[in-house]
Amino acid sequence: MKRLDKFGYIFIAPFFLVFITFTIYPILLTFYYSFTSYSGRGEAEFIGLANYARLLTDSYFYQAFYNTMYIWGINFFFQLGIALLLAILFSDIRLKMKGLGFFRAVFYLPNLITMASVALLFGILLGWHHGTINHLLLDLGIISQPINWLNDPTTARWSVGLIGAWMWFGHTFIILMAGISGISKDYFEAALIDGANRWQTLTRVTLPLLKPIMLYVLITSLIGGLQIFDLPMLITDGMGAPQGSLNTMVLYLYNQAFRFDNYGYAAAVAYGLFMITVLFSFITFKSMYRKNVKEG
Amino acid sequence: MKSNTIVKGILYVALGLLVIISFIPFYMMIVNATRSNAEILQQGFTLLPGTALMDNYETLIQYMNLWRGFANSLFVAVMVTVLSSYFSALTAFGFAVYKFKGKNVLFVFMLLLMMVPGQLGLIGFYDLIRVMGLLDTYIPLIIPPIAAPFVVFFLRQYLMTVMHPSLLEAARIDGAGEIRIFHQIGFPMMMPAVATMAIFTFIGSWNNYILPLVVLFSPEKYTLPVMMGALRGSQVAENLGSMYLGIAISVVPIMVAFLFLSKYIISSISAGAVKE
Repeated sequence: MKRLDKFGYIFIAPFFLVFITFTIYPILLTFYYSFTSYSGRGEAEFIGLANYARLLTDSYFYQAFYNTMYIWGINFFFQLGIALLLAILFSDIRLKMKGLGFFRAVFYLPNLITMASVALLFGILLGWHHGTINHLLLDLGIISQPINWLNDPTTARWSVGLIGAWMWFGHTFIILMAGISGISKDYFEAALIDGANRWQTLTRVTLPLLKPIMLYVLITSLIGGLQIFDLPMLITDGMGAPQGSLNTMVLYLYNQAFRFDNYGYAAAVAYGLFMITVLFSFITFKSMYRKNVKEG
Repeated sequence: MKSNTIVKGILYVALGLLVIISFIPFYMMIVNATRSNAEILQQGFTLLPGTALMDNYETLIQYMNLWRGFANSLFVAVMVTVLSSYFSALTAFGFAVYKFKGKNVLFVFMLLLMMVPGQLGLIGFYDLIRVMGLLDTYIPLIIPPIAAPFVVFFLRQYLMTVMHPSLLEAARIDGAGEIRIFHQIGFPMMMPAVATMAIFTFIGSWNNYILPLVVLFSPEKYTLPVMMGALRGSQVAENLGSMYLGIAISVVPIMVAFLFLSKYIISSISAGAVKE
């Protein structure tokens, strides 16, 4: 048997060769550049912690952080809210709702579509005088004047957040349903026999058992949400208009590097984003874990 | 019992509304793709298609060869899917079948790196590609996905549940080499899981925007999402009908593919989530 074990190394070698070259080395190189004033050409001059000092006092970075969280917050609230309502509805053994397969497929569809195309589509659907959404709302009498959705910071952020929710609620719904079907039917039947009403079944059986999968949804959504780029990049001018309200952290990183040639500073932005991601994941894990211990 | 029927009726109406919300942006896209710019500007909202489809197409294709972008995206996505599937299966087989020094450390290391956001190394990646002289080629889009930690993880978990060591032993006694055992026993055995992951790899590559945006410069090499981005700043943007048509060309094929694959895709997401 021993003689064959060298094949283990042979089989995993291509993976690690590529992994080290194209994933690990770039991460380390980025880390190095974050201490330099590299502009994409010539030598990178070492400037110590200057980029990080700049990051800590950069109001644009704080604004980008605020925008990212604002947009993600709206996105996550509606995404999880709708998905949870749907999951509760379709798992109710008294209601026996039909058509789960059909609804799941339709609700999931927006998630598959290229984000760049979605951004472009909503960019024109939300247009001011000629946007289809304004035309529709005017025809229905809901508004009397066309609203310039993408020209006001608040409506622009809400638009991007809601488009995100629209793209992701179906995905989250599928994951929650998978979590619920992983819960043994016996629990629900036992609750029914014991005379638990809907609310009791929901709060005492369904939600506690769904907690691990909701943690998974929260963390993956947060990590993805912190990296939002395609939508804010393509729905307005690519610089975060209106008034910097769509300037997210990755958009800021991209523009610093590839528009303004501040590769060194952009590298520090990348590590700032990374530290925020780690911190948030850690806090989420910790708080969920503590609650579990208390209740258990 | 009767109140239950009414409640269910209301619930189905609400679900119907949600169906409309999910689908109407795409429907409006298709309708507006068939209307002239003037019709969209002056006549406003309608659910009925117009007759300007061919005119819109001619305007669009004059400025941007979307089919070229389509072919480019298809080429990249197919290459990525094939390479990533093959090498992930190879790696998963290596981790699942053999005992070697450092195996667990390497595996955990790989899983830890899986949590790192993709943009962390973007600056270094760009610089590496520039130094290697590979900017404006498809290589930086096609080769790095060979190392897909999540796919390896998923395939290894799958292999652990379906693989019997006795099967490998029998093949060895018959004189088969390890490489041949992988190709004739291991890979076919992993096929269902490989197919599942292949769908997501393909979609991920097809939809990827930031990486091709950073490494590709020549418009004739653009993938579809980058071409979409370029559409925004082009002359086409002045003709809303053509603009809608351009977006529709990028969206409708995915919708058609989903029509055939939806059951498979959805059960894959469910399986992936429960395995986590």
